[in-house]
Amino acid sequence: MKFTEEHEWLREEDGVMVVGITTHAAEQLGDVVFIELPEEGTTVSKDDEVVVIESVKAASDILAPVDGEIVEVNSALADNPGAVNDDPQGEAWFFKMSVSDASQLDEFMDEPAYQKFIA
Amino acid sequence: MTDLARTPLYELHVELGAKMVPFAGYAMPVQYPMGVLKEHLHTRSAAGLFDVSHMGQAMLSGPSWEAVAEAFEALVPMDVLGLDDGRQRYGLFTNDAGGIEDDLMFARRGDELLVVVNAACKAADFARMRAGLPDEIAVTELADRALIALQGPAAAVVIEDLDPAASDMRFMDVADLSLCGHAVWASRSGYTGEDGFEISIPADEAETLVRSLLTQRDVAPIGLGARDSLRLEAGLCLYGHDIDAMTGPVEAGLSWAVQRVRRPGGARAGGYPGADVIAEALAQGVARQRVGLRPEGRAPMREGVQLFDAEEGGAQVGTVTSGGYGPSVEGPVAMGYVTAPHAAVGTRVWGEVRGKRLPVDVAALPFVPANFKR
Repeated sequence: MKFTEEHEWLREEDGVMVVGITTHAAEQLGDVVFIELPEEGTTVSKDDEVVVIESVKAASDILAPVDGEIVEVNSALADNPGAVNDDPQGEAWFFKMSVSDASQLDEFMDEPAYQKFIA
Repeated sequence: MTDLARTPLYELHVELGAKMVPFAGYAMPVQYPMGVLKEHLHTRSAAGLFDVSHMGQAMLSGPSWEAVAEAFEALVPMDVLGLDDGRQRYGLFTNDAGGIEDDLMFARRGDELLVVVNAACKAADFARMRAGLPDEIAVTELADRALIALQGPAAAVVIEDLDPAASDMRFMDVADLSLCGHAVWASRSGYTGEDGFEISIPADEAETLVRSLLTQRDVAPIGLGARDSLRLEAGLCLYGHDIDAMTGPVEAGLSWAVQRVRRPGGARAGGYPGADVIAEALAQGVARQRVGLRPEGRAPMREGVQLFDAEEGGAQVGTVTSGGYGPSVEGPVAMGYVTAPHAAVGTRVWGEVRGKRLPVDVAALPFVPANFKR
């Protein structure tokens, strides 16, 4: 699993990247009450706002971590946004995306580096 | 947060694991480890304990109750003189333009008047009272008193168990109680839509009492985050958001707080700041009104969202002044102002969220039924 400075995680699965937010990010957001996911098939560029996530406190944007295409979204989250608080690094992934330029993954942190980043 | 003021319960909040945030110049708990959502639901189903010591408390005293009450009526459009001993009322400080300078609670304690005002406005309110009341009326700021609220259906069980005299109190009664050996001033009121008590206690006794209350079954500490969603669901105004100096009591839907005796034709009509403006609003109606708003989808519509009369094009007909997720409603809820033709319950308008117009219906307030002890 790789981690971004935007508190997202990426996990490779069947040739695509599964993306979600970290436990730390979910704790900071507080109770999540609304999630708006992108359309499957959307072509995105790194740092595009692809997901809107609203907690009881505020709205936040989740950015595309790399260039690519959204191939699948976790539509179950729309009906159960609280899953992001229950299992942010497991069940509550946001989307799966293909990666156009694998070199963009090189800058991301591994788990020990991320833990240090948030410490 | 070193330059922020602290309430007498600051150390306890930190010990309880609260997330402290700046609010009206104070470091206040926005949530505890339970989290906003569960804290909200806990208050609706059991009892939530709130620190509201940042609010301003002042005692007004003078040669007689009549002198105090008549003097205070020059500052508020409320019936103060008619307040029975041991009763409390909701009130508003108005300005010459008929706008609201602050909302407040005032309670008659014998010949004295206890006034509780918002934290952000308290310096201005104390100055307003000192300047606007005759010399014979003393305004004593009670900075040495803390204020806590215990709210929710289990609040009465807890307080009545500690002092059975509390069982005689109805909604908006005030009384002296003895809780765990502490002599306190209690009122049966709050700002959550639930039954409950607000308890004024000497600052140096507050932590001991709160620790005792927290050992009671069903009592949990609740932060400002849940306080906000609770009052929003209850349809209650937050000063500086839903009401302000540019908003009058009639458009705010607070005409009920202006008793008949202070309205045109009443025995003590007028005589407060902006009385002519407010009298005209009462008689002629107003161009915009505060309404409840229930978004059709799941997306919260927060403060500042603009409301339109059509999904595309059309005109802006209002603005959201408070909004978010209502944990008891299990969906988004909001309040805002719309033009009079759009103020009827059931009217469809569209709120612009992130560039998209989403459907939202004008809804009756409160969103959850009030649970007061009448």
